[in-house]
Parts: sequence; C-alpha cells; structure tokens
Amino acid sequence: MEMLEFVVPALNVKAILPQLILSLTALTVLLVDVFADREAGKTSAANGLIAVVGVVAALFSALLTIGMRESAYSGMVLADGFSSFISVIICVVALLTVLSSINYQRSCPALDSGEYYCLLLFAAVGMMFMGAAGNLLLLFLALETMSISIYVLAGFRSTDAKSIESALKYFLLGAFASGFLLFGFALLYGATGTMDVVKIGAFLTAHPEVIHSRLLLGGVALMTVGFGFKMAMFPFHMWTPDVYEGAPTVVTGFMATGVKAAAFAAFMRVFFIALGHLQVDWTAIMWLAAFLTMTIGNVVALSQTNIKRMLAYSSIAHAGYLLVGFVAGTKMGQAAILFYLLSYAFTNLGAFGVIALLAKKDGGEYTELKDFAGLGFKYPGMGLAMAVFMFSMAGIPPASGFMGKFYLFSSAIKSGFVWLAIFGVINSVISLYYYLRVTVVMYFQEAEEEVVMPKASPAIVVGLVLAALGVLQMGILPSYLWDLAQFSIKTMIM
Amino acid sequence: MVAYQNLYMALAVVLFIIGAIGAITRRNAIVVFMCIEIMLGAVNLLFITFSRANQSLDGIFMVLFVMAVAAAEAAVGLAIFILMYRKKGTINVESFNLMKW
Repeated sequence: MEMLEFVVPALNVKAILPQLILSLTALTVLLVDVFADREAGKTSAANGLIAVVGVVAALFSALLTIGMRESAYSGMVLADGFSSFISVIICVVALLTVLSSINYQRSCPALDSGEYYCLLLFAAVGMMFMGAAGNLLLLFLALETMSISIYVLAGFRSTDAKSIESALKYFLLGAFASGFLLFGFALLYGATGTMDVVKIGAFLTAHPEVIHSRLLLGGVALMTVGFGFKMAMFPFHMWTPDVYEGAPTVVTGFMATGVKAAAFAAFMRVFFIALGHLQVDWTAIMWLAAFLTMTIGNVVALSQTNIKRMLAYSSIAHAGYLLVGFVAGTKMGQAAILFYLLSYAFTNLGAFGVIALLAKKDGGEYTELKDFAGLGFKYPGMGLAMAVFMFSMAGIPPASGFMGKFYLFSSAIKSGFVWLAIFGVINSVISLYYYLRVTVVMYFQEAEEEVVMPKASPAIVVGLVLAALGVLQMGILPSYLWDLAQFSIKTMIM
Repeated sequence: MVAYQNLYMALAVVLFIIGAIGAITRRNAIVVFMCIEIMLGAVNLLFITFSRANQSLDGIFMVLFVMAVAAAEAAVGLAIFILMYRKKGTINVESFNLMKW
C-alpha cells in the first residue's frame, strides 16, 4: 500500500467559482423560503428572482474564467476552456428554465417553493462539475448530484399520475444505467490502476499492450451504455418520450438541454482524453449509433400528435446529430458539438417555454398539436417565437440550428465521413415535416376549441426574447461564439 | 497479482448479471430497486478487488462514495414508491402504463 500522507490541497476558489456561486444561491433560496410568509393560494416570484440573480452571477464568472487552464484539487477539477464553456451552456439552461418556471408556477403551485429552485440549481451544479471532472470519482458524484435532483424534479407534480410515472421510470432506469457506468469505471480502474482521466490517457500511452485488453474493452462498452442512457442514444433511448411527456414542462426543457449537454461533456472528456488511443475502435460503433439515433428519432417523431412527445423524439434525433461531431473526432468536430449544444439550449428551452406559456390555471396543459391551431394570428408574438424555434430545430437559416448543423456535418466531411454527413442532411429534410407542421397548424388551421393563453408574466417574456435573440445571434453572426467554442477545445487539458 | 483475484472478479460479474436480470424481469418496484442495489454491490466488490491488485486506495474511496450515493438514491426512490402507492394502491411497475414504454 502507498504511504498515507495527507496533503491539504490548496483552496482554489477561482477554479470552481460558477459552481460555488450556484451552490450558495441554492442554499440561500432554501433558507429564504423558510422565513417567507406568503398569502394562502398565491404564488410569488421571490424564489425565482433570487435564483435568477445567482445564475446570472455564475454566468459572468464562467465567462470571466474562460481563459483559465489549470488542474485544481489534485486533478479532480480541470478548470479549462472546455469546462468554462460547458458552465456557460448550463447557466443559459438554468437561467431560461428559472424564467419559465416563474410563469409556470400558476399552473403548478408546487413549483413555488424553495425546494424546487434549490434542486434545480443543485442539478445545474452537478452538470457543471460533469464538464469539469478530471477524475472518475468526481464525475460519478456530479452525475448523481444531477440525476437525483432531476428524479425529484420530474415528479414535482406529485398528484399527477403521469408525473409520478415519469419520475418512477427515470429513477429506475437511471439507477440501472448508473450501475453499468460504475461497472465500466471499475473495469477501467482495474486495467489502468488510476481514476484520473489525464493519467489514464498517459498510462495507455506508456503501456500500449493494455489498450486491447479485455478489461479495458469491457469497461469502454459498459461506460458507453451508461453515458448512452443519459444522452438518449439509440438503443438506450426508450425512456425519453415517457419521461419527457410526464414531467412538468419546464423540467422537461431543463432535462432535454442540460442533461444532454452535461452527458456529452463528460462523454467527450472521458473518451477523447482518457481513451483517445481507442478512437479507431469506438468510431465505428459511434458511426452506427449516430446514424440509428438520428434516423429513429426523426422517423418516430413524424407520427406524434403530442407536442411534448414529439420534442422528446426530436431530442433523440439531435443527440444523433451531436454524435456526428463525436464520430468526426477532430478539434473542429468537438467545437461543433459545443456550439450545437449552446444553440440547442436556446432553441429547445424557447420551444418548451412557449408550451409552458399555455399552461392552464387549473393545472392542465395544452400539449396536443391541435390545441395550437389558430394561435399564430391570435397571439402574434408567441406565434413568431415558436416559428423561430421550430425553424432553428429544423435547421433553416438564419436560425442557429442551421449553423450548428453546418459545422457538425462539415467536420464529418473533413474527417472523411461523407456518408454520415449525407444521412444527417437527409434526416434534417425528414425533420422539416414535423417541425414545420407545428407552424402550419398555428397559422393555417382553424381552432376546434377556444384556447386562451393566460397573461404571461414579465419573466417568461424576457426568457423567450433572450432565447429568440440567442437563436438569431448564433444563426446570423456565429463567428464570435464559434471562435469561442474552438478556443475552448484548444485550451482543453490533455 | 493477488491470490484469488480472478475469483473475486468472477463473483462480481456473476452478481452484476444476477442484479441486471432481476432488474429487467421483476415487476415489484422495491424488488427492482433491490436488484439495482445488488449491481452496485458487485461494483463495490470489483473496486475493492482492483484496489488490492493495483495497491492503491482510490478504489476504496470510490466504494465509500458509491455507498453514500446509493443511500441518497434509496431515499429518493422510496419517496417515489410511496407517491406511487398513494396514487394507485400498488407498487407494481406494470400498473404505471398511462404512457407506452
């Protein structure tokens, strides 16, 4: 056994500043809520506003530390451009989710509690640490911090059978997948003798004979299952539609964007840094997974009539597009993944925000496609916003989805995966049908029953305007964020 | 190489497979969760085995964290099962099929 020497690691606050700010905000919300006296039957925006302040502070601290490149806490935390960019994405996700939640409270009063915002922010902290984890131990803890918070969030409509069902399915399948991930970690640890992501890469460089050992290959396979579940990669995507449909709409948006971003970040960190030597081996499998994930997501989405379920299948399809960048495997492909994750966060949270706008006062929701008939002319602002988000999902210029797909597919072509890029484009064409159908229904169909949108609170209007601006900014002037994404990948600690 | 290392690894794999098969085939939510706990137990055994073999303490620390997280997961899981029981009067996972799997 090695000598038991305890060295207190230097307290490097700067390396974990965004996470620290969010954790403190989460605790503050919880504490303030205890002392808040509220009128019975009324909701207040106080909790949400505290959360907004904290998230904005975390966003700025993440932007300020984007040039950092150091390994802190004995290699546990890698504070580099990559983790800062992921933190920025997560802050955007958390900000837009909190802004929609403030409005959504009137349909689901349970959300007006310190616990809700506390769990939301701790889930965001977990996601950020997944992007920054330099050790499998921290990666596991961050993943579980995120997952356990989200199991609770998914069941927050605790009297609604669908919400409970969603929480139950996510919990059982999530815990099951964590088991696979952990077994994979254990095999990786057995093969290399370390759990430090950078040291695993160095060990494999020094001992090439280990690269094709059964322990390591088994570990890689089991980790792919575990990560594949969180990313909703085929064939581990079956839970997605049920969980997304049943969870409260604002939580669904949070899961679809935040969990996906965090899972991709951790997946990239482990597979490119620790297992870069096996890239040739896993690229072939990922090629197939990317192709099947996007095709199955898009084809099944065609026949959905519930808009939340449709967006769930669409999120599977987007996981497929992101895997195209993963297959490309170059710096450009990785930067394209980061860019696409940010673009997807703006787009998807915008779309879910619009659905949340329609939530009824009595707790019901309009989620069937036919409920949207005629709303385009009745509520022009909302119709325009939804059209922008749907165009972005489909990848029509000038929305950000187009630029995101352009970078992803061109990185695949540059790496020689021309057919995968062609399949990606064909899939985008298929997806046009169901995204544009939403717009067509909104503008060109007569409403069967009167759908009245309750008055929107200022918070969600700000959120939707921010999301729409983000979509258009990334679509029309992508160069700044594209350069930032490339810079983030270049400063990744290898 | 530590004596019996392969035996412990084999035991961990067998336990993991038993847990995984149980989690897929059983219908009672608590039994499914217990099967997942068996899987985590297998993981812990594997970590300890490798910790011995590699002469490092990382694996043992991981075991402590896995146990702590499993406890947190159990707390949330049991709360969800209670909600489920209140709503349906059963914790059979098949009784929850409002949405197709």
